Amino acid sequence: MSGKLDLDPVTVRQARSLARKAGRPIVKLAQQHTTVSVERATLRLAGLGGADAEGTPWVNRLMDAVRADVGLEHGVALPVWDALARGEAEDLVTLAQKASAGSVRFRHPEGRDAQRARSASKRAVGGGIRRIDARRRERDRLIKKHGDAPRTPWIYLIVATGDIHEDIPQAQAAARAGADVIAVIRSTGQSLLDFVPEGATREGFAGTYATQENFRLMRAALDESSKELGRYVRLTNYASGLCMPEIAALAGLERLDMMLNDSMYGILFRDINPVRTFVDQRFSRQVHARAGIIINTGEDNYLTTADAVEAAHTVTTSQLLNEYFAKEAGLEDWQLGLGHAFEVDPAVPESFRLELAHALLARELFPKAPLKWMPPTRHMTGDVFRGYLLDGFFNLVGAMTGQSILLVGMMTEAVVTPWLSDRDLALQNVRYVLDAAGGLGEDFHPAPDGLIASRARQVLAETIDLLDRIVHDSDQAGDPPLLAAIADGTFGLMKRPPDGGRGLDGVARKARDYYNPASELLEEK
Amino acid sequence: MTTLVRPYGDTTGDGMVQISFTLPVPHSKRAEGAAQQLAAKMGLDPALVVHAKPMGPDYTFFVVYGRVHHLVDLDAVEVVERDYPLLTPKEVNAAIKRSLRRRLVVIGACIGTDAHTVGIDAILNIKGFAGEKGLEYYREIKVVNLGAQVSVPHLVDRAVAERADAVLVSQVVTQRDAHLLNTREMSAAFGEAFRAEERPLLVVGGPRFDEAMSGELGVDRIFGRGTTPGEVASFLVHRIAS
Repeated sequence: MSGKLDLDPVTVRQARSLARKAGRPIVKLAQQHTTVSVERATLRLAGLGGADAEGTPWVNRLMDAVRADVGLEHGVALPVWDALARGEAEDLVTLAQKASAGSVRFRHPEGRDAQRARSASKRAVGGGIRRIDARRRERDRLIKKHGDAPRTPWIYLIVATGDIHEDIPQAQAAARAGADVIAVIRSTGQSLLDFVPEGATREGFAGTYATQENFRLMRAALDESSKELGRYVRLTNYASGLCMPEIAALAGLERLDMMLNDSMYGILFRDINPVRTFVDQRFSRQVHARAGIIINTGEDNYLTTADAVEAAHTVTTSQLLNEYFAKEAGLEDWQLGLGHAFEVDPAVPESFRLELAHALLARELFPKAPLKWMPPTRHMTGDVFRGYLLDGFFNLVGAMTGQSILLVGMMTEAVVTPWLSDRDLALQNVRYVLDAAGGLGEDFHPAPDGLIASRARQVLAETIDLLDRIVHDSDQAGDPPLLAAIADGTFGLMKRPPDGGRGLDGVARKARDYYNPASELLEEK
Repeated sequence: MTTLVRPYGDTTGDGMVQISFTLPVPHSKRAEGAAQQLAAKMGLDPALVVHAKPMGPDYTFFVVYGRVHHLVDLDAVEVVERDYPLLTPKEVNAAIKRSLRRRLVVIGACIGTDAHTVGIDAILNIKGFAGEKGLEYYREIKVVNLGAQVSVPHLVDRAVAERADAVLVSQVVTQRDAHLLNTREMSAAFGEAFRAEERPLLVVGGPRFDEAMSGELGVDRIFGRGTTPGEVASFLVHRIAS
């Protein structure tokens, strides 16, 4: 810890221990349940892709057929590989086709049959895991060959046309203009689809569908750019919503580099059932850990609904919880792109110093994490000139507090989707600040009793209060305290009960004989 | 007294404006000339290209200042005024509290085979749209979002069960006029299920609706492309809680 804020190590340890206490029952819950998306991800890792004539993926068809015959609670692996062993079909696609035509009956195998299905499924899924491993080594090799981003913060730019074939030239232009990370925004509403669309897509709403083929096309295009530019350009997408596990698997298979991955976002902003998404999140994070993917968490979103000063401690609280969940799933410090944002109302006196305090607190609490620093959105008014100044101050906080991933703010936020000139001006803004003040952190030592240090201590104290309230929360059903707290509206002012929201029907408590080869392989150390 | 105005830079009547744009032309003298010509055609006379910067090999960004000679007669300006006041979330909450003394209940759905929840989610989900939070954000509004592919009878049942004050329906798909047929079916079903004075307010939205068709379709209001949650909330308050 660099110690500019002189945080009390005992207090910091207390915060982490409370986060662990709040998180552990959720992990237990996740271990006790499975979801349709976890099972479909397992099938994807075993190599089942493609879709039927109506566009319904074969993994959905097969999953639904298995569930109708034997339920979800045993997992999909044993019934599927038992059917293959019984000679119902020669491969997974044929089995899925026959199953959706109703010509296969699944059973839950026992004894030697179960043993046979178990080892066959593990072999098949192992193939997918090995492919993910190979993709990770390939990334390391390409970074060595082309070189890494020239400095931190990494410059993160978004493309979002809805058409993958339009996204590609835009992404390549953004990389040429200086982006180290390209994020392809997903189509609005994809988070609520309980399937992953198939193939290259050209029609999205305010974004482009996340599909395996779109991932492949964009990664190939950015590999070209990396070669041309002599630095590895990273690709980001979203493993969030109802299909977190499957999208995580596809990201690993197609060598995506960073993934937005935060179930709290789905719970609060998309009304996804909390149990469903915590189960999904744990599996998807295990995949990300294996794939060497950096996750990005969504704490910045709380500040788009709640006040950035009053709710600053909810960001810190969520970061601590996310750190616990991520590490439990096997992610390492360098993979934790914890989120936070520059959203204090500029009309608040000393707003810049408050931003510095919040950003420095995150930096010092998580010294090894590649923090993701998000630009102002809430107080961007359409006055593009004032917005440009605000973005400059945002960049300055990023430089002074050593943020790792900087999402480039657009002065036309809330006005238009960024024009070519908006992006160019925004990058000039970033470059000016980093060139002019990139090393300012070295000279920046807030006074121990000044506003910045005391504000940081105050936010940390409020965080501990909140975590303490969470671990003592309860509901009548006896749910884990964190679920009770989410139901109370503790985060982002939204109340989300554990028995509400989307996707609950895709959750099952694991039976005693549940088996999932992917979980087994991912949890092997 | 005078209702004729022209832009103001630093002297009354100077007519000065500032514009910026990009041309798909590599930066060169010719490109600057093109920018100057465009500004002149837009009515800037004289047009001063004060800044030109290449953006990549194929584009150039310009900032242009210049004088326009156009006059605007304020008396001749016509605007379509919204027939209800636009309220902040705080004002919406306060109005509901004051007049209903309970939460206002809104049910939302995409009806028929339409699976595009983009519109209804933009209005209802807390995430919202265009920088405005959705209706879920309003403390005094209870939102029940039924999601996609909801049948009309189910929608009516839920509206009865929840004692809905308003029903919001989003329709994106327009093949064979599906949005119009679905909306008529919906308004007819609500007409049958409720006495006129007890029927919840019916609101439909979608990018292809004609906002003037509400009477014909039997609904209380149609919202088109670009509608924000705040506009919908303000309308609901205007009709239900004021």
